Amino acid sequence: MQPKDVRILLVEDNPDDVELTLRAFRKRNLANEIIVARDGEEALAILFQGGKESPRHRAVDLILLDLKLPKVDGLEVLRQVKSNPETQPIPIVVLTSSKEENDLAESYRLGANSYIRKPVNFDKFAGVVMQLDLYWLLLNEPPPKK
Amino acid sequence: MTGMAIEILLVEDHPGDVRLTQEVLKDFKVGNTMHVVRDGMKAMAFLHRKGKYADAHLPDLILLDLNLPKKNGSEVLAEIKADKDLKRIPVVVLTTSNAEQDILKTYNLHANCYITKPVDLNQFIHVLKSIEDFWLSIVKLPTSKEV
Repeated sequence: MQPKDVRILLVEDNPDDVELTLRAFRKRNLANEIIVARDGEEALAILFQGGKESPRHRAVDLILLDLKLPKVDGLEVLRQVKSNPETQPIPIVVLTSSKEENDLAESYRLGANSYIRKPVNFDKFAGVVMQLDLYWLLLNEPPPKK
Repeated sequence: MTGMAIEILLVEDHPGDVRLTQEVLKDFKVGNTMHVVRDGMKAMAFLHRKGKYADAHLPDLILLDLNLPKKNGSEVLAEIKADKDLKRIPVVVLTTSNAEQDILKTYNLHANCYITKPVDLNQFIHVLKSIEDFWLSIVKLPTSKEV
């Protein structure tokens, strides 16, 4: 289980949460590249760079997705990524502070690969990021690059 | 993030792997239940609560091997993800294959993740523990019951 060369798309509008996530990843000392999108529209623009027909989806190996986002919300981003055959294999981890049962059920229904509630406490949050990192970047086999 | 009673369905035909998975997962949390079925037909019977599985509960998480007798893991996965009541249940594919075509095909069938079983025993135990840490304590499962 060697570390893999991966690029992560973090879709998060709250600057504090972006900083916390980046800091928690840096603490793990990994050279993974993290691209940050601050709203759903920006995330879709990054994912579908070549247009809907030929998206440059290989640019991203893992998506960390908040649900409450400006412009286009996280569930819509999830729906678009998982309904396009080109981007559908990319694992999406929903990382949210939402406590609504409906968001949980709807995320899995739309094809989220896992759903995580953000702990409020930083140390706990850093622990979650560490686990995310271990699980998705070391243990899991990502979809092969073309 | 603790205190959940989780039901896991393990779909695995290899007796050694079944035993090891049961041993590793039982050490951790009290209250978790693991059901084991040894082929793909039984997996679908369990999930549709047919025959002797009439009283079964829907599992919160499925661990699925790909090479199975009677009905293979890919077919089981496709049927789960095409069923509106079953599709939300996370499926962790746990297999010996690391062929790129198997990996891509499995994601195309909406597997939640794809894990290659290490041949080495200690590494396999480590992998099982990591699966447990991630899915049973970090992730919020769709059917999680707070207890």
